[in-house]
This record gives sequence, structure tokens and C-alpha cells, in this order.
Amino acid sequence: MTRSVVTEAPVTEPQSATSAGSPRLRWVLLAVGLVAALALPWFVYPPVAMDIVAMALFAIALDILLGYTGLLSFGHAAFWGSSAYVTSLIATHHGVPFPVAVVGGALFAMILALPAGYLSVRRSGIYFAMVTLAFAQMVYFIGYQWSGLTGGENGLQGVPRNFFGIELVETDSFYFYYAALPILLLGMWVAWRIVHSPFGRVLVSIRDNTQRARALGYEVEKYKVIAFVLSAGLTGLAGGVFAINHGFVALTELHWSTSGEVVLMTVLGGIGTLWGGILGAFLSVMLADYLASSGFDGIDLVTGSVFVLVVLLFRRGLWGTVRYQWLAWQQRRTSSRRTSAGADPAERGP
Amino acid sequence: MNAVLQYAVQGLAAGSFYALAALGLAIIFGVLGVVNFAHGAFYMLGAVAAAVLLDTLGLTLWWALLAVPLLMFGFGVVVERLLVQWLLRLDPLYNFLLTFGLTLVLVEAVKQRYGVSGLPYKPPDVLSGRVELAGVVLPRYQLFVFLFSVAICVLVWLLMTRTRVGMIVRAATEKPELARALGINVGRWVTPVFGFGVALAGLAGVLAAPFRAITADMGNNFAIILFAVVVIGGLGSIVGAVVAGFMVGLVEAFGQAYAPTFAQILIFVLMAVIILVRPAGLFGRKEATA
Repeated sequence: MTRSVVTEAPVTEPQSATSAGSPRLRWVLLAVGLVAALALPWFVYPPVAMDIVAMALFAIALDILLGYTGLLSFGHAAFWGSSAYVTSLIATHHGVPFPVAVVGGALFAMILALPAGYLSVRRSGIYFAMVTLAFAQMVYFIGYQWSGLTGGENGLQGVPRNFFGIELVETDSFYFYYAALPILLLGMWVAWRIVHSPFGRVLVSIRDNTQRARALGYEVEKYKVIAFVLSAGLTGLAGGVFAINHGFVALTELHWSTSGEVVLMTVLGGIGTLWGGILGAFLSVMLADYLASSGFDGIDLVTGSVFVLVVLLFRRGLWGTVRYQWLAWQQRRTSSRRTSAGADPAERGP
Repeated sequence: MNAVLQYAVQGLAAGSFYALAALGLAIIFGVLGVVNFAHGAFYMLGAVAAAVLLDTLGLTLWWALLAVPLLMFGFGVVVERLLVQWLLRLDPLYNFLLTFGLTLVLVEAVKQRYGVSGLPYKPPDVLSGRVELAGVVLPRYQLFVFLFSVAICVLVWLLMTRTRVGMIVRAATEKPELARALGINVGRWVTPVFGFGVALAGLAGVLAAPFRAITADMGNNFAIILFAVVVIGGLGSIVGAVVAGFMVGLVEAFGQAYAPTFAQILIFVLMAVIILVRPAGLFGRKEATA
């Protein structure tokens, strides 16, 4: 790295990486989010609640690439699924407490992401999406073929929830939720730190104008690979917890439809907004759970339609729209005080 | 030696089929800038349509090869007018996501209507059995697929190089800005070209009907192999799609013969190598970054 840091975002660019509004609002949001996370298993069936938080971290991890670096990875199931497998194998064969296994899975995902990222970042935009997809398909086939290790189409079953000898966690999903929640919240905090750090600012500048970032002396490819590996690591953290939560791993976790699912969550919530990923994950897991429990078996009909409608009519996503309106309102307010207002928060692509 | 020849012939036969299927994807990308994720779903619809036409109207393969592409052309036009056109001016990623959503809907709809077990399809008697040429044994149907696919590829090539429409489409795929600057109304050709690409996907589906299981999921992994094909060939390039189609067919055939466990993976390894050596693909433009 030839250049060290980018200190502060220009004031006239409110909508990009920094989360909106006053620090006080940020703390309120954080407190509300924390309370919601702690209260969730009282209102939602605990395993489903766990899925929501795991998927939320998955969506946030993807958004580090999609929203903040401008790279649509369509192969994140490779990291999610491979961590799920590695976590389960460690937990099953070594009898370690599950947080250790989950960290092992996440590390494996990062190691896997290094060559994948190195290869993928050579192309951008739609090419990047296709290369990541192809790479993930390769991992899928390996998972499918190597059935001695992965159980092939049967998957891995009977993954234990060993938690430092505390039996309640191992048998009761309610207690497991609270044991696993810190791991996922820690992951979210790391994601938040990443996008709000000088490193994150460089990612945003790469997203907004790659040529300019390069001209400023940043080694764009290196930054992209690091973002890719970090994103994969957080994805792996989520995938590992997800696997332990279910007690089994299916081949589906490696399939491209899982990659699509998490992209949907991110887009539904609003790309470039970490809260959006949480909201998107909450809505899509709840929707899937509701449809499944009401005996409707064509979930993809709904998922696909939501996808089409969001992309056609609602590209900012739920959280993104709310934030956009809020920022526009704030900007109007400040511009009436100051002489000149900032630029119009233009609609932007991933 | 004979075995090698055998695999080569099989690879070329499979490759011709990949080339035909990838052709539509490459043409749609070239003219519209849309990476059509739903290409696999359109291919599946073609196969299902062929099976349904045979079952309900008794239309044999020969008629299906004519009727299904026409139906799929109409379907493609509707999809383009209804959905795709709204996103054409935005980042191509949006169309990728749109067609992904469409894929989910189409696959699930077929699943709901026809179940998950495969539909039966019986090819005409003329095409059953095997032929032997110079020591190489090939199912008669595979030979037919090869000849038919090559014929269609040649036909499309003639269409592209010998007709006015083809020139316009080629200009639009290879130098879109220049084409516009020369006053060619590229926009007018967007809808029919999308329909044409969808029709080619459907045609590939009909061809696949007798030798692949006709299920709602049949297009899923196939689409991703086609992505690999067009990435290897160079996204905007039509010639590249055909050449890469044959390459992938050969890699698959030899892979299945000598390393069956890795046959599916080899295609993506090939893609990775191509990206390392020539990031834009074999026939891709160097500056092509969408």
C-alpha cells in the first residue's frame, strides 16, 4: 500500500458508506437492534431466530463486496457451504466446543477465498459475477463428488452442539441461540468496523471510481482481494453457526440458489446498508418459514417474484429507501441553513 | 487410438450442442448487454414444450423442432417487453438479477405443474440405434444432434454475415457506440434479437428432450456450464461462443473418459485458466468491462 489512509468522507456525499444521520441516531439504532436480537427467540421459534441472525450476517458479509466495493459475488454459497461442512466435520470428529469449530470453518472459507478472489477480481461487473458463480459451482461439484467426506447427496448428519460442557445449550435451541449469538454479533461488528474504516473508504472509492482510486496510488486488485477474503470469512462464520444450529449440512448450502438467496436478502434490504441486510434476512427467512408452515410448497414462486419486483420497482430496497428519504429530508433541512446543499443523492447501481 | 477418436467424436457431438445453446446467450449479451440467467430455464421450457406437444397433440420431434422455437420466440418477446426492457439502461447486474428471479419462478412453476419426476420423450424410430463410422460407434441420435447443431450454427453465421439484419446485429455486438454513431437504430432490434436468443435456447431444449431427463431442474446446472462457455469464448463474441462450446464438449468427453470424478470440474478449471491467461476470453475484446 503506497497510500495510507483516507480520513474523512466529503460532507456532500451523505449516502455512500457512512451510515446516516447523527451519532445519537446511530446509538439508538444499535440499541434497538441489540434488544431485538436478544428478544427474538421469545417471539420466533428459536431455530428460525438463529437462522435469521446467521442469514443476516451472511447478507452483511456479501454487502461488503456488493454494496461497498461494487462487486456482485454470485458464488458466496461456496464460502457459506464449505464453512458449514468444515465446521460440522470439526465438531463431529474432534469434540471441540462449537465456537472453536465455527472459527475453523471461517478460516477454511478465507483460505478458499484467496485463490477464488485472486482469480475473480481480474474481471469486474457482470464478469465478476459469472466467475464467482463458476468457481462456486466447482466447489459444489467437489462437495457432491467427495461423498466420503461430505456425505454427497445425503449431507452430514448428527452434528453436535458441544458447548464447554453446558448441556442446556446442546439440547435446547433456546439456549443455543444465546450461546451462538455473540459469535454472529461479533461478526457484524467486524463488518461494521471494516466498512467504516479507512480501508472501507478505499473500497467505496474503488466502487465509485476505480480509475481514480488507481490513479491515487491504491492497488485496487489487492484491496478487492482483501475485501473478498474478509467477506468470505464472515460468511463462513455465519455458515458454521447455521450448520450447528440445524445439526446437519445439506448439499443445498453449496448450491448457487443459496448464493441467489443471499443476494436477494441484500437487495431487498438495500445494498450498501448493513441494516438492510439484517432486515432483508429477517423478512425472507420469516416469509419462507411462514410459507412452509402454511403448507405452500412453491416457495421459489414467491421468492422469484419478489426478486423480479424488487429489481424492477424497488432497487433501493426497504432500508435503502427509508434512509434515502431520511437523508433527503436532512439535506433539505441543512441546506436551508447553509448556503449551498450537497449533490442530489443519485440512484446508484451495485 | 481408436478410443481417443471415439472420445473426440463424442466430444464434438456434445460440443455442437453446447455451441448451439450458448449461441443464444452470446447474441443476447452482445446486443442487449444482458447476461440472461434465465437461458437455462428457457432451454428447460423448450424440452418441456416438446414433451407436452408430443403428449397432447402428438407432434413428433420434427414438428417440435419447428413449433417450439416459434413459441419460445413469442415467449421471449413477451418477457423482453414485460420485464427486461425496463432495465436495459441500468447496470447489467440488474438484468442478471431480474433473470435470476425469473428463473426461480419458471422452474418452480414447471415443478408445480408437471412434478419433479422426468417427463418421457421418445424420438422417432429413424433416430434410434447406433451408427458405426471408421470404427467409431455413435448413437444415431447423437449424430443427428451434431449435424443439426452444426447446420443451425452455420445458418446463424450466414444470417449474421450475409444479411442486413445480421450486419446490424453484428455491428451492435462488436462496436455498439460506433453502430449508434452511424445512425443504426439498434433499439429496434432489441426485442426480436432477445426473442431469437430465447428461441435458440428452446431449440436446444427440444434437441435435448430425447437424451436428457426432462425435469424442471434440467436447465439449472446447464446454464452455468453455458456461462463458462461464453466466458471462455469472450462474452460479446458469437464465434467465441461456438469455438468454446466445442472446447467444453471435448474437455467434458475426455474428462469423463479418463477422470470421471473431475469431468464436471474440469470445465471450470478450463475457465479459470483462460481467465488467468486471457482475462477477456478467447475472442473477447480487451476493453470489455461491463
